[in-house]
Amino acid sequence: MSASSKGRWSFRLNSTMESVGEVEAAAERLATDAGLDEDQRFHVTMAVREATINAVLHGNEYDPALQIDVAFENTGKDFIFTITDQGRGFDPDRLPDPSAPENLLRGTGRGIFLIRSLMDEVHFRQLHPGTELTLVKHLAPEAGRT
Amino acid sequence: MALTIASREIDGVTVLDLSGRITLGEGSVQLRDAIRDLIGKGQKRILLNLGEVNYIDSSGLGELVSAYTTSKNQGATLKLLRLTKKVHDLLQLTKLYTVFDIYDDEASAIASFK
Repeated sequence: MSASSKGRWSFRLNSTMESVGEVEAAAERLATDAGLDEDQRFHVTMAVREATINAVLHGNEYDPALQIDVAFENTGKDFIFTITDQGRGFDPDRLPDPSAPENLLRGTGRGIFLIRSLMDEVHFRQLHPGTELTLVKHLAPEAGRT
Repeated sequence: MALTIASREIDGVTVLDLSGRITLGEGSVQLRDAIRDLIGKGQKRILLNLGEVNYIDSSGLGELVSAYTTSKNQGATLKLLRLTKKVHDLLQLTKLYTVFDIYDDEASAIASFK
């Protein structure tokens, strides 16, 4: 991967925490290459980590027979991350709002909320089975140029 | 960098100095065990120093909440000290800033337990 280059990179990984670490590290590298500032890199890396945990833990439930497909794309205008699991799927619109007063003291349920808060666009697609989650961060005009 | 936890006592307050990441698989369990250990020993005043925590994910945020509720349910008080910008921003985003008693200065934090 060359610095500041447009392009698309994809790979398939097992449903493990090691995969989460690999995807997170790749996100950090590519976000840096895309010219994102420190805050944006943190937002992207965290959202990617949460999305990958979601796919590995809640989607594929650590099943060694199931894998995750990951793709990063720098279009020059957008930094796009797509992750697909092979799990049972879920309805993201039915998740409780963890920032609501009655949910503040819950120990779980903040992952999707953080993803939606930290990225510019978030799209879910149910594949029956599996869920495809696409995260988009808009690049500043001077970022992401070749 | 995994989480390291060092413990010290000041005026009856147990200060846990946390350093590293509080994430799923990298610190959440350590933090949970440390809090349970303190509560089990009857410690009622706990101050979590997060000044060296450079990363926290949703699991880590949940663990902070669990530490708070576990302490409260056992009659103990848990407060936070020295948030890094990243942790501060995430606590604001999730509105958890309204849950915790948070201090920038250790002496003020210790005094607040009296």
